[in-house]
Order: sequence, then C-alpha cells, then structure tokens
Amino acid sequence: MLSRTLVSSAAVTRAAACTAAPVAAVKAAAAVSAGVSAPQQARSIATAASVARAAQEGRSIQERIAEKVTAAKLGGGQDRIDKQHKQGKLTARERLEVLLDPGSFREYDMFAEHNCTDFGMQKYTGDGVVTGHGRINGRLVYVFSQDFTVFGGSLSSAHAKKICKIMDKALLVGAPVIGLNDSGGARIQEGVESLAGYADIFQRNVDASGVIPQISVIMGPCAGGAVYSPAMTDFVFMVRDTSYMFVTGPDVVKTVTNETVTQEELGGAKTHTAKSGVAHRAFENDMEALQRLREFFDFLPLSNKDAAPVRATALVDPSRPVPALDTLIPSDSLQPYDMKEVIHKVVDFEHFFELMPDYAKNLIVGFARMNGRTVGIVANQPLEASGCLDINSSVKGARFVRFCDAFNIPIITFVDVPGFLPGTAQEYGGIIRHGAKLLYAYAEASVPKITVITRKAYGGAYDVMSSKHLRGDVNYAWPNAEIAVMGAKGAVSIIFRGQKDMAASEKEYIEKFSNPFPAAQRGFIDDIITPSTTRERIIEDLTVLDTKDYQGHKKKHGNIPL
Amino acid sequence: MSMLNMNFLLSVGVAAAVLPVRSFHATQASFGGGHSADQSPTAPKHAVRTKRPDIANPPKHELFNKILIANRGEIACRIMRTCKRLGIQTVAVHSEVDAQTLHVQLADEAYCVGPAPTNDSYRNATAIIDAVRQSGAQAVHPGYGFLSENNHFAAQLEQLGVTFIGPHSGAIDAMGDKIHSKILATEAKVNVIPGYNGVVKDADHAIKIAQEIGYPVMVKASGGGGGKGMRVAWNDEEVREGFKLSAAEAASSFGDDRLFVEKFIDNPRHIEIQVLGDNHGNVVYLNERECSIQRRNQKVIEEAPSSFIDPETRAKMGQQAVMLAKAVKYNSAGTVEMMVDSKRNFYFLEMNTRLQVEHPITEYITGVDLVEQMIRSAANRPLSFTQADVKLNGWAFESRVYAEDPTRFLPSIGKLQTYAEPVDYTGQNLVRCDSGIVEGSNISIYYDPMICKLITYGPDRQSALQTMREALDSYVIRGVTHNIPILRDMIDHPRFISGDISTKFIQEEYPTGFAKRELKDLQLHHLLSTAAALKATELVDNVSFQSKVARQDVVSEVASGVEAQEYVVLLDGAPHRIILSSVEGMSQVEFEDGSKLAVSEDSEAPTNHIRVRHFIVEEPCEHEDEELVDETAAASEDVEFEDSHDHISDVVTIQNLGSIPGGFKIGYLGGVYDVVFLTPREYELSKLMPKKAKADTSMMVVSPMPGTVVTIAVAAGDSVVAGQEVAVVEAMKMQNSLRAQRTGKIKKVFVKPGQTLASEELIMEFEKE
Repeated sequence: MLSRTLVSSAAVTRAAACTAAPVAAVKAAAAVSAGVSAPQQARSIATAASVARAAQEGRSIQERIAEKVTAAKLGGGQDRIDKQHKQGKLTARERLEVLLDPGSFREYDMFAEHNCTDFGMQKYTGDGVVTGHGRINGRLVYVFSQDFTVFGGSLSSAHAKKICKIMDKALLVGAPVIGLNDSGGARIQEGVESLAGYADIFQRNVDASGVIPQISVIMGPCAGGAVYSPAMTDFVFMVRDTSYMFVTGPDVVKTVTNETVTQEELGGAKTHTAKSGVAHRAFENDMEALQRLREFFDFLPLSNKDAAPVRATALVDPSRPVPALDTLIPSDSLQPYDMKEVIHKVVDFEHFFELMPDYAKNLIVGFARMNGRTVGIVANQPLEASGCLDINSSVKGARFVRFCDAFNIPIITFVDVPGFLPGTAQEYGGIIRHGAKLLYAYAEASVPKITVITRKAYGGAYDVMSSKHLRGDVNYAWPNAEIAVMGAKGAVSIIFRGQKDMAASEKEYIEKFSNPFPAAQRGFIDDIITPSTTRERIIEDLTVLDTKDYQGHKKKHGNIPL
Repeated sequence: MSMLNMNFLLSVGVAAAVLPVRSFHATQASFGGGHSADQSPTAPKHAVRTKRPDIANPPKHELFNKILIANRGEIACRIMRTCKRLGIQTVAVHSEVDAQTLHVQLADEAYCVGPAPTNDSYRNATAIIDAVRQSGAQAVHPGYGFLSENNHFAAQLEQLGVTFIGPHSGAIDAMGDKIHSKILATEAKVNVIPGYNGVVKDADHAIKIAQEIGYPVMVKASGGGGGKGMRVAWNDEEVREGFKLSAAEAASSFGDDRLFVEKFIDNPRHIEIQVLGDNHGNVVYLNERECSIQRRNQKVIEEAPSSFIDPETRAKMGQQAVMLAKAVKYNSAGTVEMMVDSKRNFYFLEMNTRLQVEHPITEYITGVDLVEQMIRSAANRPLSFTQADVKLNGWAFESRVYAEDPTRFLPSIGKLQTYAEPVDYTGQNLVRCDSGIVEGSNISIYYDPMICKLITYGPDRQSALQTMREALDSYVIRGVTHNIPILRDMIDHPRFISGDISTKFIQEEYPTGFAKRELKDLQLHHLLSTAAALKATELVDNVSFQSKVARQDVVSEVASGVEAQEYVVLLDGAPHRIILSSVEGMSQVEFEDGSKLAVSEDSEAPTNHIRVRHFIVEEPCEHEDEELVDETAAASEDVEFEDSHDHISDVVTIQNLGSIPGGFKIGYLGGVYDVVFLTPREYELSKLMPKKAKADTSMMVVSPMPGTVVTIAVAAGDSVVAGQEVAVVEAMKMQNSLRAQRTGKIKKVFVKPGQTLASEELIMEFEKE
C-alpha cells in the first residue's frame, strides 16, 4: 500500500523539482493538503446510483448526506464545542487533525446512531466517537476519538461498536490503535448494553495486546469501568489539569471511606504519573500531547510482525566517540551522577523519549534511536535512592521490557545498582514477588539484549539487570565497574567477622572484587570497554544482532508472577 | 487508497543520480574509520597555537629541567604547553575537586595540595612548597592570580633555592602595594592620577578625601587587582557603601582590607603596556593592549593594538612603562596599566607583576611567547632582542567566555554537557582557544567562572573581528549559561566596530544587562529560513522509515523533499508566516512580504560540531545557468557577497541546540531562539490552549546563583522597602547585593551567614498582605 502511493507521488516530485515553481501553484497545493477530508468523502459517496434514487425523493440524497455530515462534524453542537474550547480542550475532530498527517484521516461510521428509545434520547450522528484510520508521518494507524460534546462522550452500544470495528481492522492489517479518551463513562440510559460495550472493547484490548501497539491518551474524564481499557493498553498519556482517571469518583470516596479529595488529587495527571504509575507521561495541553504523541509513535513498530523501525537520518554518526563519558563517573564511588547524561550521550541526537519520568525515578525507561533504529533503554539512576531496585521500579522496568520484547525492540540496559532496597515496607509490600517480575521479564525476553555496567552491579540486582546469565547477548563493563555480591564494607564485615584489622581486609576485598576482572575472567562480561566507545560498540552489536533468532520452548504462555 | 503524505515528495522513479543523497543502509553501516577526519570531534581542541617566536629559541639545557605550575585551569595548561615545547618536565598541583581536570592530565606529575577552597589549596603556600620539594622542581611558574603576586611565597622559594618565574620579590613588593607603587611612579616621572596617597582609615575619612579630590572617585583595595575590591562613587552615600563592600571583598579575596581613594577619570580607556625585563638590566615594551571593554572592572574583550593609540603615544607610553620597570629593576614579564582620556593623556594606574590573562593578543601581534621569555629571564638569560626588534603585526582580539548569565551578569555553574571550541581550519592559526576544560568538565563554585579565552587574529582589525564573529557562532556550549550572547552582540555594536569605546561601554550600552539581540529584517529572514531548512530535513527524515512491514516488501525508499506548505513559525512565540518547500536538500522559503530565500547546506564549510550548521542563503535564482555561477561565487567568498545584479548570498551559521515540541532551539548570532513550526490550522488550534500561570515568586527572595551567604540584613518581622538590600551573597569571589523586590514585612529568614546556597534556594519570605 505504502509503496504504491510512493510511486503515485513521484510525478509530483518531478514537477516540483523545478525550483522556480510559481508561488500561486505552491499556495494552491498547500490549501488542498490542509483541507479536511469529510466533504470530499461525502462527494465520493454520492455516486451516480444514489443520485438517481435521490432525485425521486423530495430532497436530494446529496442534501441529506450533506446535512448528516454537517451534523456529525458539529457533534453536540456549537455551544458545547465552545464550552469544550473554554475548558482549554480541543474537540474530538480537532484532536485528530493535529494527531494525523494533514488530509490522511479516513472516517468510518460517521453516520452511526444509537438505538436507545428510552428516556426520550435524542440522536446525534456519529454518536459521540470519531473513528477511522490515518497516517502519522506516513505510517498507518487506527484511531478513535471520543466526543465529549455528545452525551459527555458517554459510551453507548453504537459507540462501542465503532471502536471495536477499528480495533478489529487494526488487528487484521497489523497497525497500532490510538484512543483519545474524553468520556463521562457508561451511557446510563442504555444500561447493560453500555456495559457489554465496555467488555467488548476490553476483550479486544487483550486480544491485541502484544500484537499491535495500543496507546491511550486521556484528554478529559475517564472514570469507572472506562479506565480499564486504557489500563490494558501499552501506554497511557494524560493532559495536565484537564484529564483525570479513577475507578470511583470523589463523591463515592467520601461516602465510603470518608476521605475528602478533589478529582485532580484523586486521579489527575500528577497523581498517575508520580504516585500510582498508571500513566506513562503527562503533557501541558492537548496540542503538546498530540504533537509529542506523533513523536512517540515514530519509535514504535506497527505490529509484532514488524521489526523495530529504522529512521533514516543524514547526520547520524554511528562511530562518533563520546569523550565526555570518560569523565562522567565520579572518582568517589559514593558520589552520584546522572545516568540520563549517559543515555543522552550514547543515543542519536541526544533524543530520548522517557516514559514514567516521575514514577520510580530510580529506574529510567524509555525509547531512543541508535543509528536510526529504535531501542528500549532501561537504566538504574544513581541520583535517586542510589539507583537501587524496589517494588515500583521493578514493576516499571518489567512492563517496559515486556513491551520491547513483544515488539522486537532491542533492549539496552545501563547498570549501576547497589542492590534491592531493604526494609519492612518493601518486604511487606512483596518485593520478592514484584522484583521477580523484572527478573522474569528480562529472562523471558528474546530480543537483542545489550548491557553496560557503568559502575556498581551488586548482588541479586546484578543478576536481574540483563546479566549474561539471563541470556544477555552482549555484556560490557566500564573500567570502574564493581561486580560483586556486595560492597566492600558489608562483605568484609561478614567474611572477617570479629577480626581486628578490618581496614586491611577491606583493602584486600577491594583489590579482589571491586573491579571488573573477576566477572571478565569468567566470561560474565564480554569486554571491558572505554566509556567513550560505548556508542560505537552498541551500534555495531545491534547490527550483528539484527538476525538474532531465538525460539523458546513452545507454550501457551508463561506464568509471570503478578 | 489514501492520499498518503501529500506533503512529501518521494523520489521513487526519479533518475538514480538524484537518489544517493539520502541513501541509508543500516545493516551495512561501516565502522571504524569510515568517517572523514574533519567531521570527527576528536580533532585537536586544545592546541595552543602560539607562533614560535622568531626572535629567540634558546637551547633547552640552559633552562630548567622541571617546572612546577602553581595554578589551575587554562593558564596552567597554557604554561605547560610552552614547557613541553621547550623540553621541560611539568608538575601540576591541584585541589581535591580538580583531580581529574585537564591541567592535571597534561602534567608529567601532579600533587594534591588541599581541599577545594583556594585558600586551602592554590593559595596554600606551605602545601605547594611541599609539592615543590617532593617533585624536585627547579622553578615555579605561578600563572596569574593565587600566589603570582605574593612576595612571601616568592621569598620562601628563593630561600629554598628554587626559582620563582616572575619578578624578584622586591619588585612584587614595590608594585603590589598600590599606594607605594604610585609614589614610585611619581618618582620615576610617570604620569599619575590625582588622589590621596595613603591608607584610608574609615568610611568618613574616605568621604572627606573624596570631597577634597572632587567626585567622581574610585574606592580601591590596596592589595587588590583584577577588578575585585573596587567601587566607583559619585556621592558621599556611594562612598560609604563602596567602602563597606570593597573592604569586605578585599578582606575575603586578598586578606588585606586597606583601601585608598583616587580621582575617577570619566569616560576613560584602559590601555596597558606589556613589558619584559631580565636580570641584566634590560627592559623592553611589547606594545599595548586595549582593555576598555569591562564590566565591574573585569575585562571582557581585549584587543591589541589599540585603535585609539597613535605611534607617538605608543612610544611615550612604552617609554614611561620601561622607566617604571627599570626603577624597580624589573626582570620578568609585567604589565603597566594606564588610564587614557579622550585627549590621549595617559595616567599610570598600577603595575601587574605577573603574566596577564590577556597576554595571548600580545603574543599574536609580536610573535613572542611570553611564557618562554619569562622562563628564560628566570634562568638568568639576557633578553635576546632589543626594543628595535619588537614588531607590531596585524590585529588580535580576545573574548573572555565566562559561565555567567548575560541578562543579569550573574555567574552560573554546572557541567559542560556539550562543549566544542571553534577551530580554525585555514591552517593559518587565526583562532586560539586557551582553556582548561573539556566536554564533561564542571564549572564549580570555588573558582573563576571563565570557560575559555577565545583569541582571533588577522592582518587587520576588520578581518580579526570577522574571524571572532565566526568563531563565536560556531562555539558550542551547553550545560552552563554563558556570556557568548552579549560577546557576539558587542562585537557587532557600531561603537565597538568604530573603536569608539571606553571602560563605560557596557554600562552605557547595556545598562540593565543584555536582554536579547533585536534582529534586523535580513537577520530575521536568515534565522527563519535556516530554521526552515532544518525543518525540511526533519520532515524528510520523519517519513524515511526503513521497516520490514509485515506482508509487504521492504520499504527502503526515502523522501527527498517537501511539497510547498504554509507554516506559521513561532519565533519565541511571535508568529511569522512562511511557505516552505524543499527539493534534494535545497529549501525555499517565501516570506509574508513576498521575498524569497533559497537555503542549502554549505558543504564546503568545515564544522567543529554536529550541532553547528552552515547554510548558504541566497535569493533563489530563476535560471539554472545562473545558479552555477552563483554557487562558484558563493564558495569563493566567505563573507557577504554582492554581485552587480544585486544578488546576495550569505553563509549563515546557526546551532541546532535541540528539539522542542514542533521545532528547534536555535543558536543564532549568539542568541538562543525557540522556533516552532505550526501549520495554519495547528496555529489556529494552538490559540485555544490555556495559558497556565507560573508560580508567583515575588513573595520570596531566592538566591539568583549558587554561593555563600555573607550577610543577612533583615530579620523576621522587619519591614523593608522595595530596593532595600536584604542580603549579600558571595559567589565566584564577587559579592552580590540582593534587594527586596517589593515593600512589605519579612515573614521568615531561612538561611544564616556562612551557609552555602544552591541556585534558586529560598533565602527569605515576605508576609502576605
């Protein structure tokens, strides 16, 4: 499909290759491409056959179509659109205009209407959700965008069916689904029909999980049962101050637990990006969210049958040495440093799309490119809690690793980890169970796994962080790396318990273990590399690992500790 | 079938010759040396390109075998390079925090002399003398600052039998004291400024003297230098405040709070004479340096020679400087600072008995390596040239690149996350960067915030200045706030270009700091069009996916251009409408006024960093044969080019400092601009986005920079008026007075004197009204 379109536009290339193209023509072309597609679509439907039939009726079919199209585009009407704007929100259609390449949106089911006859329900063409497919930088995506101006974006049976239809199509052709959520919840007037609608979507979310990337953007309310569809998608983004998500709202909370809490506190962007870990990123407003979503989408393959995308860039320099990395690690091993600097220096154009930046900050996850190819980055952050692993960071890391593995995205892990966080809070909270998730995810992942130990790799956490033993493909250590069961002080106090000259013993331990040699001698790391060559080495390895083909045992699915 | 990507022209089916421009083979990428050397960031960075002096080149064995450099940063590195050239081993000293710095790496051996604060390390004579003993160094070069003018240190070395590379301690003694030096200068028949030749007792005494001499006056620390501990006062009140601040600064910087008062010459130039002497009674002068561009008496841009000085005045100034030097048997490199008024009358200011920061510009115009000459003199060798041999060739500028916020002139600290110095690719050594840092280095709170001395040279003033422009434009610094924006603006200032400057230049032209350069029409179009060229590349890259799409052939075609598209370009938020199109790397931008510019990457221009981009910007040509002619012309002319047909072609250098949603951060003419591209529809929709208010900080006093609290002038419950001093914060050895932004009552003070502050740290809070 893509290549055919390429050919079709080749003629345009040749035409415009003449630099002296008249400006009038240039302007005209711009005007066409900026135009919205709906009227054109309406025109194309009004073909010869329908014209003939309509001529017999009082009103022409074209008039009726045009009326419906106009109605559909107005959603809940101009007053409600104005109200939406006043709240700082764009309408469902405006959002799609920003999200998709201009003119690429093809709408389905614009004429859908609900079947509810109770409570004198008015009908709105389209029924509160705009669905279809379009392109983001030329690549196919299926979208739905809920329209808050129609019944508060509430989910009716027809509304759900529209969403299910594009999800089915997306699965069929292998393209991601992006949902723009702005809905008050179930359409109460429809009762159980609405609940059924939710469940139909849930089932498709699960069916699509690991097959096509699914992204949810919360751009208004998302409450009750509605939250579980986004929760099952791969990524949830929110808009600050205008979106919130919760299972039960402040009123119910007040009644049941007697807590007084605002919507924002209970389920605003800050809550979900910093406290609950439900959302992956929050953005300032609708525009920014949609622009950044386009940027994010470019990192993703279209489906699990698609390789991690490679984006051609002229300026990328794969063998660029990075001298700054040689001096980045402080000489005092107790001093922290910012692991994000390492990431920025290693990846293309210092472009790192971080996910969950405000949640479990002791572990960094996100996407970047290496020589144009998408990679997933997982890294301990020494600036936060010394970069230790705890419940939240394990869960955050595990989910990200599993996404990368499902969608053929190589994983690059930067390790500086002193161990798991001790304490009753962690043990009672189930660090054993949750820590196991990250271990499981890494061990299970069959995509290329490249690991760089920048400084500390202690204890069980060393094993977890994409170690050689978990079938790491390439494992490097920087010269300052310390790979050991624990730090010198702790180790010496156990090995030499009760002895007097602890200082000498500590020195001996440091000499023996606080360096990369023991691991290198045993082949647990493949090489000790100069930090400034890290970028070059990783890019080289990614090329080598491009044809990696690992098939695990055949099974229905594993049983990850949940 | 969708009308995919109407905005992108894709080059499928076009003749193969146009394709390879963006061909991309990820799996076949070549590694290890596949890239051309001139693109490599490993190109030599810190080479100090001092011209080898033609005048003298002594055999090394007659000098020293090992020299300890009692300094840090750029000057330590610079001295070591001359030592290395002369075959002399070098010893570095460093503080605990400096263990990994460049000057330590460059040295043959290094000794830690104490913790970070300079009084405990670089000024710690005892520790440094220990290092001298341990290393067995035969001589010590003190650089500038620290112990360079400390006669006790020099005397201690003399006792040890170690040579101090600098003047004898008697000369340091005589000139180090400003009051004494003035008396000496008068005796040597050198012109001096009227003033009170004695120590001022207190503020009242200072006011009395000031009234006798007549305002304006300068309150000056006797032991001071380098602009520290100096205040100009225009009335009694300012004398009182100046006395207090200068005394405090002098005490903390020099451990000597004696002050004196002298007549302040209005609208003066600061011009200094470089002298050089030996142990055999010879002294020569190496022409002048114009150092009038100063802020708070700190030099910012220097040049040599001065455009203001005629040969006659030069000779007179030089002769007086030599007379003074001879009066104290001066036997090393030194600088006689003069104040020159608008009638070319000059007055002795002070003599610096050390190597000056700005010495490289003298080296450029005379061809003398001053460090080498200092070492020779210290090794008891006579000067190998006479006054008649001293040349004056060409013109040199020095810009001091500082880690400071030019909008408020406040020091900043941090890590140099991205750092690339400009490089002269002509092979003519027209650009010299004296720095002691590399990418990843820290600018710390403990030391001078100078990042680099950027020196450019040319056969005449104009060409040296043009080289400076280009060098500043391609200087990449990220991680710390720096003063390149104001440097770049100053050298384009009509007064600077014409040489109409005085020490009040910055005060007069940038009274409230430097906000942002106002772009002229052409500059605006250059910025918009080059940013648009970046956008066009991004648009092409955005659709150039190489992806094995399931059940489809491998898509490997890449886009080659962008179909004409209207954009609203937000330049720091202000909208400009353009139409952008691009074919095969040539972008065309049409502006609202109908004018058009064609932009293409200047493939000829070498670049020192991937973020520095050079574009050829010209009016688009209508016929193809003309295009050929123009390209040749543009390539042969690196500055502005204008032919008889009014066809203008410029090379525009910008820095792509990173992406922001919808656009780029672009460095242009020293400034940084947010350039965001929106389609007209997006622009329309973006207006619907809510404006979110920032937190109100006027109820708080926060530290504008990292530093140490010196004094807190108010307590909780005090009422203050707007503009009243509430605290003094010392940072980078400067005392900064913090004033109340509003009138009100203080609710709480959060810090105590002596406490270290982070930037933006809360100092005190006002009570709500």
